Amino acid sequence: MSIAGTRVVRVEDQKLITTGGTYVEDLRGDALTGAVHAMFVRSPIAHARITSIDTSEALAAPGVIAVYTAADIDLPPAPVDPVTQSWLADGVVRYVGEAVALVLAEQRYQLADAAELIDIDYDPLEPVSSIDAALADETLLFPEHGSNVMQVNGKEFDEKTFDDCEVVVTRTIVNQRVAPVPLEVRGAACTWGDDGRLMVWLSTQNAQIARTVVAAGLGVGEESVRIVTPDVGGGFGAKVGADPEVVALGWAARHSGRAIRWTETRSENLTSMTHGRAQQNTITIGGRRDGTVLAFRLEVVQDTGAYPRLPFLPILTELMASGVYHFPRVETASRAVATNTAPISAYRGAGRPEATAAVERAMDLFAAEIGMDPGEVRKANFIAPEEFPYQTPTGASYDTGDYATALDRVLEAGGYADLRAEQARRRASGDPVALGLGISSYVEVTAGDDSGGEGGRVDINPDGSVTAYTGSSPHGQGLGTSLAMLLSDQLGIPLDKIAVRHGDTDEVPKGIGTFASRSLQMGGSAMRLAADQVIARARELAANMLEASPDDLELNVDQGVWQVRGAPASSTVTWAQLAERAGEGELSADEWYDEGAPTFPFGAHLAVVEVDTLTGKVELRRLIAVDDAGPVVNPLAFRGQRHGGLGQGAAQALLEVMNYDPDGNPTTATLADYSFISATELPDFELVNMETPTTRNLLGVKGIGEAATIGSTPAVHNAVVDAVAHLGVRHIDMPTTPVRVWQALGDARKAEAK
Amino acid sequence: MIPAQFSYRRASTVDEALSVLAEHGDDAKLLAGGHSLLPLMKLRLAAPEVLVDIAPIDELRYVRADDDGVAIGAMSRYHDLHRDTVLREHAPLLAHVAGSVGDQQVRHRGTVGGSIVHADPAADLPAAILASDGVLVARGPGGERRVPAAEFFLGPFTTPLEPDELVTEIRIPRQTGLGWGFEKFTRRAIDWAIVGVAAVGRSVGLINMAGTPLRARATEEALANGASVAEAAELAAEDTNPPDESHAPPDYRRHLARVLTARALDKAAVPA
Repeated sequence: MSIAGTRVVRVEDQKLITTGGTYVEDLRGDALTGAVHAMFVRSPIAHARITSIDTSEALAAPGVIAVYTAADIDLPPAPVDPVTQSWLADGVVRYVGEAVALVLAEQRYQLADAAELIDIDYDPLEPVSSIDAALADETLLFPEHGSNVMQVNGKEFDEKTFDDCEVVVTRTIVNQRVAPVPLEVRGAACTWGDDGRLMVWLSTQNAQIARTVVAAGLGVGEESVRIVTPDVGGGFGAKVGADPEVVALGWAARHSGRAIRWTETRSENLTSMTHGRAQQNTITIGGRRDGTVLAFRLEVVQDTGAYPRLPFLPILTELMASGVYHFPRVETASRAVATNTAPISAYRGAGRPEATAAVERAMDLFAAEIGMDPGEVRKANFIAPEEFPYQTPTGASYDTGDYATALDRVLEAGGYADLRAEQARRRASGDPVALGLGISSYVEVTAGDDSGGEGGRVDINPDGSVTAYTGSSPHGQGLGTSLAMLLSDQLGIPLDKIAVRHGDTDEVPKGIGTFASRSLQMGGSAMRLAADQVIARARELAANMLEASPDDLELNVDQGVWQVRGAPASSTVTWAQLAERAGEGELSADEWYDEGAPTFPFGAHLAVVEVDTLTGKVELRRLIAVDDAGPVVNPLAFRGQRHGGLGQGAAQALLEVMNYDPDGNPTTATLADYSFISATELPDFELVNMETPTTRNLLGVKGIGEAATIGSTPAVHNAVVDAVAHLGVRHIDMPTTPVRVWQALGDARKAEAK
Repeated sequence: MIPAQFSYRRASTVDEALSVLAEHGDDAKLLAGGHSLLPLMKLRLAAPEVLVDIAPIDELRYVRADDDGVAIGAMSRYHDLHRDTVLREHAPLLAHVAGSVGDQQVRHRGTVGGSIVHADPAADLPAAILASDGVLVARGPGGERRVPAAEFFLGPFTTPLEPDELVTEIRIPRQTGLGWGFEKFTRRAIDWAIVGVAAVGRSVGLINMAGTPLRARATEEALANGASVAEAAELAAEDTNPPDESHAPPDYRRHLARVLTARALDKAAVPA
């Protein structure tokens, strides 16, 4: 009987919820005995010239081993096309939190005292603290580049695009900057061995890419760097690869000859780790009064922060611009501009949530303009099931989908008609607590990267157990359990005899890692290939042992034995017996899967909110979701990914924003000010099942890591606006905090009075 | 997040604590629950040379009813107050407010005395004690003195306590039978109030509407003069000076004060 599709308690959990994981900071190996501690001294000012740095007093402080600045580090800067980024700020600081100096001390507590003794003089420059300020191009972050615009994409718009439309709505909306806030902040430890190799323990989502980044930064060959990933307490995209700090630490370890440990503080994490989203999007939607959309235009301005770390973000937003809709005409363009704020990088969805947020707000604005139900407008424009594979005007090739069924299922599960009736009753009675319904229909892309494949290796051990190695990098998702379940089904070996390993570049030299919700479809398919190979070899071996033809042999997966088809049950051979007989490496296969094409999970969400129209406070009452990512391997892990995604997506709609004041100072630099969401603010999620397989990988699966985040943000956002639509409100930018709702209500009243 | 160096002293009795304070004066700081002080020290916004840990002083952990009302030991934890049957009977507003501070961890560590002397205008208990006409009992080298809550909160984080004094007790006039209402407006459950209103009978205390907790005097006077709750609540923001933050500008806070005062007074109109 197949175990895939049944709820399996994650093998990772017992350790995580009892003794706790082993994170970088917990490591106590011989290699780190006597390691010194590191701390980065960071800029307190958004934009300034560094006129002098005096480290003499700090160097004389107790326990201090070294203080390094850009002047010490003899490495070329990192290319962040079209500019470069120094490993420590060199001459100019470009955001509050940029690393300026690196202090090493024997004890961790000595670092904070020593850091206060470093005397850095700054000559302030005009701060560029917003997208608008950046576009003005009056103050430049990189004068040598000649503009704050780092990247431009897209064709010129056709002025006739909306000519045949009866109704055209246009609006600029903000997809605000948010902080990833992983439970485990960034951390690393490193040491150079006697063999001339750098060993780095790193909290990362992909050891192999981190190795590439670190080796390139240090100017050494990849064979000279070994990365080991202990347990990782969350990444959300912001721990892809290795941040510049890691290269600086590797350099410092070489220069000082000491092993080094580094863990950042929570405030440091909030201001210096990359942030996500940060787009300003102008949407224009036009069509007929019967609900047919004829044209859609999306103009993206991406805030890159101080250094353009991830050029593909706005490109991905453009790619997914038209969402689940068959729009006859779609136009997109994007610009990416640098500002004096923390750099922007991947964050749960990375470019796709922004596209969904834009098109789903556009659909609601269009529906409101023509006075039609937002669900009906969506149904009038969905790509039909028979149109798949569907080529979008922006160049995406959707694999499979049934968007209307997904929407029908959530509306039915939520009791949409009754909810609308309740809303009408409240409006008619003048109830100050308004009810709002928000719909989002979404499609996203998983494994959409061009990084080409994933690795998987399966070894049958002499005792018949399995050790599998994946190039993916699970860090909380439960992928280890899912991969073990797939192997168990394929090999007939029980779960408790399968160990899945990852994250040590010496053990798994080739791998891509965990991001873009790619791990199951890519890593899982690689594992399937490797197990196929092992089975093929085992068949030969078992045939030999049972003196039968390989063609007559079958693997009885229920009992985990090889047997001759039609022969008595006694003539079988177990995996352990095979392994005993097998030569070194004979029952082992290391495969690379690179056939897989991107897949397109989809779904529909319905959010129900109550808005206190006297105070502006929003309460999320219900969140009903279809998240279709194809066949489900472990429903428990699948549900976990949806729950986390729904909460994180709702948080962006309601609460979260990383704010900077006009001088470029972060004003949400502690968890007292940065409003991440907690269980108290969330309802029980209502999950509706739907499974539409893909043909684009060996397992038929799509990714689920980011889908629910992508769908829930616009659903909740639309619900808030819908709640107060009858009071004249058409849009409120996210996060829809109480004060914003209250101000929108006030503005609508004023507009009506005119 | 490592504080500057300090020396640590531990006091098990009020007398011990007072003698350490007498010895070190301004350089010493009392550590009760630590939920305000320790974050400030870790951010290096506070750097006391001597930290006097008074958590072991069990003699200040009590709630007693007497002829005048209720006496609350300053080292009582929020959780103690929330669960205390005597307080629930005689000053139910305070028991309720104590149960809404922070989260479980905070309520098991944070002390009522610590909250009072920290005098954070965004804190819940000071406004509730102010609305309750509470009196604070302080001890110093010269003996004991009583300061009405109305005279205790001088400004943000500022009180008339001398460096060698310690608040030992909070006295609350008996509120048996009086209705009460508490409205705390937050973005999230664990947040400090953007604005809060604590009402007991016809007394109204405001949270976060100025540099100190305030009484909504205009509202109280209007009620005394026969105004309706709705009319009186419209005056709740008079003579306030709310802080300006991007998520809550002053005009919004004034509006909230009016709305929440009406809600709190409506609840308080129902006798307990």
